[in-house]
Amino acid sequence: MMLRYTLKRLLSLVLSLAVASVVIFAVIEVAPGDPASFMLGVNAQADTLAALRAELGLDVSKVQRYFNWVSGMLIGDFGTSYTYRTPVSQMIADRLWVSLPLALYALTLSTLIAFPAGIYAAARRGQPGDLAVMGATQLGIAVPNFWFAMMLVLVFAINLRWFNAGGFAGWDNGLGVGLRSLTLPAVALALPQAAILARVMRSALLDILGEDFMRTARAKGLSRRQALWRHGIRNALIPVLTIIGLQFSFLLAGSIIIEQVFYLPGLGRLVFQAISARDLIVVESVVMLLVFAVITVNFLVDLAYAAVDPRLRSRT
Amino acid sequence: MSRNLILGAALSSLVLLAALVSYIWTPYDHAALNIPAKLNPPGDGHWFGTDHFGRDMFSMIMVGARTSIAVALVAVGIGMALGVPLGLTAAAHKGSWLDEVIMRGNDLVFAFPSLVIAILITAVFGAGAINAIIAIGIFNIPVFARITRGAALSLWEREFILAARVAGKGAARISAEHILPNVANLLIVQGTIQFSLGILAEAGLSYVGLGAQPPTPSWGRMLADAQTMVSIAPHLALIPGLAIIVTVLGLNLLGDGLRDWLDPRIRVARA
Repeated sequence: MMLRYTLKRLLSLVLSLAVASVVIFAVIEVAPGDPASFMLGVNAQADTLAALRAELGLDVSKVQRYFNWVSGMLIGDFGTSYTYRTPVSQMIADRLWVSLPLALYALTLSTLIAFPAGIYAAARRGQPGDLAVMGATQLGIAVPNFWFAMMLVLVFAINLRWFNAGGFAGWDNGLGVGLRSLTLPAVALALPQAAILARVMRSALLDILGEDFMRTARAKGLSRRQALWRHGIRNALIPVLTIIGLQFSFLLAGSIIIEQVFYLPGLGRLVFQAISARDLIVVESVVMLLVFAVITVNFLVDLAYAAVDPRLRSRT
Repeated sequence: MSRNLILGAALSSLVLLAALVSYIWTPYDHAALNIPAKLNPPGDGHWFGTDHFGRDMFSMIMVGARTSIAVALVAVGIGMALGVPLGLTAAAHKGSWLDEVIMRGNDLVFAFPSLVIAILITAVFGAGAINAIIAIGIFNIPVFARITRGAALSLWEREFILAARVAGKGAARISAEHILPNVANLLIVQGTIQFSLGILAEAGLSYVGLGAQPPTPSWGRMLADAQTMVSIAPHLALIPGLAIIVTVLGLNLLGDGLRDWLDPRIRVARA
């Protein structure tokens, strides 16, 4: 049963990725302007233009170009940047060393904030503590993370001078230095996510509290709090882990805007630089990579969920 | 009525009112430059201060509310106009190939990181309010399709639908006459939530320069302009941010409040 479910989900994963790649390619294709003439300017000679088009692989049919792009990506060849003339895969790899740790850092923070907050609120349902946490999460959801980022810069970088206002120190100077320059961006990314996660944690726990086995635990003589810790939290983790999985992909994509605030040399800045330079092959590949990451993480979350909860396998 | 509903309705109407009033009156011309009065803090004739060109921030916030509301509202409209019929169709033909195609298509759009695609769309087709609306709107379609189908499926099992079928009504007519009115509440609540997400998305796109273009004021671009001046004039960043928060918070509270108010079962369960 699990195998059949896995195969079915795998098929839909491959199908999703295929459709995604066609859509992304098509969108980029209809973009006005020819990269070769953009690079050479308006006064380019026809033969120079033709030579460059051949070099960039633009002289073949669209269908052929699509298959070249996809088959290249399958073996890790993302093409060559129009503006930098360097392999796109290398550019992406460099930037991933900023974006990926940032997303993981933010995810860790979000979880560390959300778990205690959600458990605290659920244990005090309806009491002032619960209302305070829920009010704070309402606010957290309403705050645009890039604005929160600017406020963090104002307070912690400009006024208190605890952190740099932007830029990335790199990993060469040690883990601490690198993490330090990612701290404010990670906090900015984590806050709205933590608000959502705390609400999920709370409502998952409240659902569990109504279950029969919780009543049994109480009947055995456990206090409300003991029952919550021993039986409640473990069972509430299943829906919470799903959301955490989804949040990771959201954080990876969401870091695009936060990287702009902090001038971080991550994937997001790469996309925007590529957009303004009309370096469409870079845009195309980074977007495909992000979509791939999101779809794959969702797939893994689905599988993990089904492995834990067999009832889900029968649904599609 | 709950506190959420009242507070949410109050905050949302405040923003809506500001947007509507801006068509006939703003304290100053929102585009009028007044360099000698630049970067004035709030107070003294300018309630929200002035920006780096000496423009009145209060007027800009009022006019900016129009942009935010218009973009988010049309985006929700796109999502409803396409998503609801898709959801109704899928539910009416449950289990058929049509249902399968619609729902798999939904899953696919759902799987895309919306922000990335919005950036892709606006980058390729040009930055601007219209493209921002389309980019945000597309991702509203599966939300409405899914919620409509889910609610419609359980309605199709009900006896009054059976009665309508016995009376000879076709699937399309039943969907329009009997299913749609019964899912309307749900759609209003979801619409409010998507509206608030649309406000946030519009602000994000404008902030990175892919939303409404100058001279149209927008809260996101006011924040982008403020970024380099935040240390000398914090109000430039503080005020548009608070405007976004008030709007989104208001809509979320309104959505929560409406859900409780429109669905008596939840009211009982929560009491």
